[in-house]
Amino acid sequence: MTAADRATAERVGPETSLPPPEDPHEPRRRIFGDRIGSVEILAVLLVLLVLFRGPVADAISDPRLQTWTTVFVSVMVQAVPFLVFGVVLSAIIAVYVPRSFWARALPRHPALAVPVASCAGVVLPGCECGAVPIAGSLIRRGVTPAAALAFLLAAPAINPIVLAATAVAFPNNPEMVVARGVASLFVAMIMGWLWLRLGKAEWIRLPHRPDIDGMPKARAFWASVRHDVVHAGGFLVLGAMAAATINVVVPERWLQTLADNPVLSVIALAVLAVLLSICSEADAFVAASLSQFSLTSRLVFLVVGPMVDLKLISMQTGVFGRRFASRFAPATFAICILAGVGVGAVLL
Amino acid sequence: MNRQAQAVVMLLFGGAIVRASVTDMYLRYVKESLQPFLIAAGLVLIAAAVMTLVYEVLRPRAGSGGSAVSGGSADHEEHADHDHGDGKPHREPWVAWLLILPVLGLLLVAPPALGSYAAGQAGTALSSQQISDYPPLPPGDPAKISVLDYASRAVFDKGVSLGDRTVQLTGFIAQGPNGEPILARIILSCCAADGRPIKVGMSGNAPAGLATDTWVEVVGKYTDRTVTDPVNEEMIPYVEVETWTQIDPPKQQYE
Repeated sequence: MTAADRATAERVGPETSLPPPEDPHEPRRRIFGDRIGSVEILAVLLVLLVLFRGPVADAISDPRLQTWTTVFVSVMVQAVPFLVFGVVLSAIIAVYVPRSFWARALPRHPALAVPVASCAGVVLPGCECGAVPIAGSLIRRGVTPAAALAFLLAAPAINPIVLAATAVAFPNNPEMVVARGVASLFVAMIMGWLWLRLGKAEWIRLPHRPDIDGMPKARAFWASVRHDVVHAGGFLVLGAMAAATINVVVPERWLQTLADNPVLSVIALAVLAVLLSICSEADAFVAASLSQFSLTSRLVFLVVGPMVDLKLISMQTGVFGRRFASRFAPATFAICILAGVGVGAVLL
Repeated sequence: MNRQAQAVVMLLFGGAIVRASVTDMYLRYVKESLQPFLIAAGLVLIAAAVMTLVYEVLRPRAGSGGSAVSGGSADHEEHADHDHGDGKPHREPWVAWLLILPVLGLLLVAPPALGSYAAGQAGTALSSQQISDYPPLPPGDPAKISVLDYASRAVFDKGVSLGDRTVQLTGFIAQGPNGEPILARIILSCCAADGRPIKVGMSGNAPAGLATDTWVEVVGKYTDRTVTDPVNEEMIPYVEVETWTQIDPPKQQYE
């Protein structure tokens, strides 16, 4: 955050709660704020960067930094179509689908709505970046949070594209596809029901977005798209930076030493799935290449990845609030490991 | 960051995505099949930016109602994006500024495709590609096959389907387990974050004196020599090189 932003933030505070006290400095600060807004800061920043393009490029010629930049940019480029798809779908839900639709489409009882919403995830072909804004939009439209969260978890893990990719990646172990689908569905439903029992509505703090109910539909649609791109996209950048760092910093050699211990290997791959933040359509290929690990630990990798990872935690913090993410992500992580190990013991 | 600035960032981001995907630049980061979706997503971002700017320009000024939730004086209008409707100040998130980073990455830095550094970090990813039977080699002398195809035929098929044929492989020079130059190629399944190297050792008339990341075409035959990749204990096959030529990096650097 820049100094001018901070000044703006400070300035906004008193205006809303109380009439602004007569402050002799107030006019001066306002003039400052009027002249230098974020557009101007952005313009100056961009001009500086274009001018100093050479030195900036030299600074990252080190192979580590270069690999970091490549991985960061590619995670962003890869995620953009899914992010935009999710954002547009969530804007459609917010603007064009009437509230009454969800009341009719989902069973009235929340405990029944959870499995229905989990299975509805099957039809949404996308990876996890798109599911977060959609789930936020569903909650805004009055869908019970338990069902929306079950959908959030199920959609990226068990859609047809992801299951097909898993089948391609494990040609000699078709049972992996079944195990992945079953374990992911379990986790989504358990988390949904767990939310019904233990979840508190005040943990979810959706960012206030422009009140779009009174607007013309087209305008409301674009307002919702802009809002979601900035929120979810900004946190996606944060997650992509973290994933690129892990990708460059953690050498694969370390994994080798963990692969032989059955308990450690499960935990190691579960943590790796969180850190690497690979898109759910690609993680099966990475899991397949981790051949020194047991099938069960690789199943855990595939179950955890689409449900808990750095970019998801970051995006969930942005869309649902910090109090929600700090509870939801660890709980999901634990349930994922249990479900993965349990299903692995039966099917693999 | 206010709405105008957000619109500018979205415009730049969408523009950078479209620019990267109509040139070959996007191939450094993702699979070719993503191109139409990238262009569509970039255009949606540009449209969202333009519409935001249009609505900002059309926005009624000086408290004549409209979208300004806070209403009232022109002073409030300046930061109407703070949405005081819930009685609390709402700041547009600081993470919006982060969206500038991918724009810079694509427009100013444009990092290269993964190369020898990434290949050295990860173990050869052969085991994920095992299939049960191998079709005959394509016709031609030498037969042009991918590094991945050669390596899996050499390791899993014990070179049976390679036989006595001469093959041509294209890849870049990386550093092998003992510091010697090896031939490597990165395979992608989705984006560069899951890029993994396939490594092939070179014996015989192996290229010498080339810097890492130099692209070469090598022509040679199957040999049963192998070495173990210390990173993940997988087998790295060798190719007995007859001739080699230095080439420009191909358009599609991944397999």
